[in-house]
Amino acid sequence: MIKTVICTVCPLSCEVELTISATNEIEKIMHNRCPRGKSYATTEHIAPRRTLTTTVHIEGAIHSMLPVRTYEPIPKELLHQVMQETANINVTSPIKMGDIIVRDILGTGVNLIATRSM
Amino acid sequence: MKQLTFDVAVIGGGPAGLAAALAAKEQGATRVLIIERNLELGGILQQCIHHGFGLHRFKQELTGPEYAQRFIDMVCRTDIEVMLETMVLEITNQKQIYAINQTQGMMQIDAKAIILAMGCRERTRGALRIPGTRPAGVFTAGAAQRFVNIDGYIPGKRAVILGSGDIGLIMARRFTLEGAEVKAVVEILPYAAGLTRNVVQCLDDYGIPLILQSTITCIHGKERIEGVTIAQVDQDWNPIAGTERDISCDTLLLSVGLIPENELSSQVGIQLDPVTNGPAVDSNLMTSIPGIFACGNVLHVHDLVDFVSQEAETAGCAAAAWASEKQYSSTRIIASTGKPGPCCPTSDSIPFDGVANECCATWGSTQIIIKPGNNIRYVVPQRICPDKKTTLYLRVRKPDQDVSINVGELKRMKHTFIRPSEMIKINLTPELLARHQSDYLDIHVVKEMVHHD
Ligand SMILES: Cc1cc2nc3c(=O)[nH]c(=O)nc-3n(C[C@H](O)[C@H](O)[C@H](O)COP(=O)(O)OP(=O)(O)OC[C@H]3O[C@@H](n4cnc5c(N)ncnc54)[C@H](O)[C@@H]3O)c2cc1C
Ligand code: SF4
Repeated sequence: MIKTVICTVCPLSCEVELTISATNEIEKIMHNRCPRGKSYATTEHIAPRRTLTTTVHIEGAIHSMLPVRTYEPIPKELLHQVMQETANINVTSPIKMGDIIVRDILGTGVNLIATRSM
Repeated sequence: MKQLTFDVAVIGGGPAGLAAALAAKEQGATRVLIIERNLELGGILQQCIHHGFGLHRFKQELTGPEYAQRFIDMVCRTDIEVMLETMVLEITNQKQIYAINQTQGMMQIDAKAIILAMGCRERTRGALRIPGTRPAGVFTAGAAQRFVNIDGYIPGKRAVILGSGDIGLIMARRFTLEGAEVKAVVEILPYAAGLTRNVVQCLDDYGIPLILQSTITCIHGKERIEGVTIAQVDQDWNPIAGTERDISCDTLLLSVGLIPENELSSQVGIQLDPVTNGPAVDSNLMTSIPGIFACGNVLHVHDLVDFVSQEAETAGCAAAAWASEKQYSSTRIIASTGKPGPCCPTSDSIPFDGVANECCATWGSTQIIIKPGNNIRYVVPQRICPDKKTTLYLRVRKPDQDVSINVGELKRMKHTFIRPSEMIKINLTPELLARHQSDYLDIHVVKEMVHHD
């Protein structure tokens, strides 16, 4: 079976073609313009993950929201739960880009980090 | 009025302005200035909190603020001067800048070279003439992005998005994650206007319908928007009678395109390209006014910030070379041998002492004019110096597959897919261009014969 996965790692959006065997194994990967497309398509076939980017409240900074993201992609089905988790977070300035805002969010093993200094 | 002088003055502190200023500094310009009207550097990137920036440049997937912060940190380590909350009101062809801020009032800044990096603005509904009432709750997608990501305020609960540009797609996901319902994204074209990756990860992931070949024919509601009527369109984009249906919503986001911010440019008489709406430039990204350069979204609308930075570096290097050459202008010999002087400074060679690079600024015989041919919407730069390494940035008109893009007889580049939303980059070398005889270079798309097995 041929399955097309659009690689979303970068804006080139390669249409990566997977050849899937009867036992659901990946036999061949084609049309990815770089190696990242291969690992993306593989994960997408087995268990899709997404990077979550959102904001949390911040006190004493030039704006009222601090942008944050999960350091790595997390299981796709957890996105909404993480959003609920971050809704009540309030941090205080100064924060540096890369600071950990929540360690091991929802037991995913992934940290939520600040994406700018403020 | 306060008067200041600089070698290179950059208008706009977004990614284009930051990279241009850094490149000018690195190339040896002594006094470099960035003028930014916002209270911080980074431009539009500060509100683009989603990831997907910098993969080509940093081999890492960064968010907008992270990408910006890297350049801001680099600028802070130099002696580049930054004026925040300062608005440029006017520039002159003598390269004087009139700017204003609260602490210093009106200023006159004389620069040897100016780099335009003012970015772009969003098309608004007024420009689109949708019939119906004018209730509250209608925003451009970029304005909504600012409300949500910077101010922490979600402007509605049930949204319809008109136009499938990238900002609209990104906001569809952002609204959904914040608990609002996105009823539909309505697009007049038969395909999405934004990047495919954004359709996949912003709409498909959340089951948000993308309604193609349709438009909004009416807006309902008195005080606040209560709904819209959508209808399918025919080939000429006219609504087809009988296909209308109503969708209720309290918010309408418009993501119908961006236009380069060129009020300053047209005021001073810089020649604009009617297709890009940005200045027409040469290989140095110099506009029709010598010593004024342009880069980033003010030049043409980009989807990849990596390309913005790269383009800005070309402008920054050229501007620094121009500024340094101006110091010797009294002793300059203009090609007394009858041969044209070296055309245009390149990033790896400052022009020879005393030799003019005036040919950059003219439509003279040493320049090749680029002709966008079959299925090419535009090419930047619009004219190239054959003696300089040049990167062409181009967009196609229609999506296609299994094609090649031909650069005259010089180069043939195969592409499996081409889409209007994805900018294509082609590098040309002086060695390659030496083989080209004509004053024009035609760039066009041709279909490739392929065998699928
Ligand atoms: C919503 C959105 C999503 C995007 N998503 C991606 C993505 O996922 N990946 C990617 O690689 N790229 C993305 N891009 C593209 C990228 O962000 C832009 O191409 C880039 O920010 C353009 O940089 P710029 O410096 O030209 O313009 P801007 O960032 O707009 O900066 C222009 C600056 O000039 C200032 N200015 C304007 N006029 C004046 C004046 N008269 N006086 C003083 N200052 C002035 C403005 O305040 C602003 O700070 C996205 C863009 C948008 C809008
Ligand atoms: S395969 Fe590589 S080039 Fe293609 S979209 Fe993925 S990351 Fe980008």
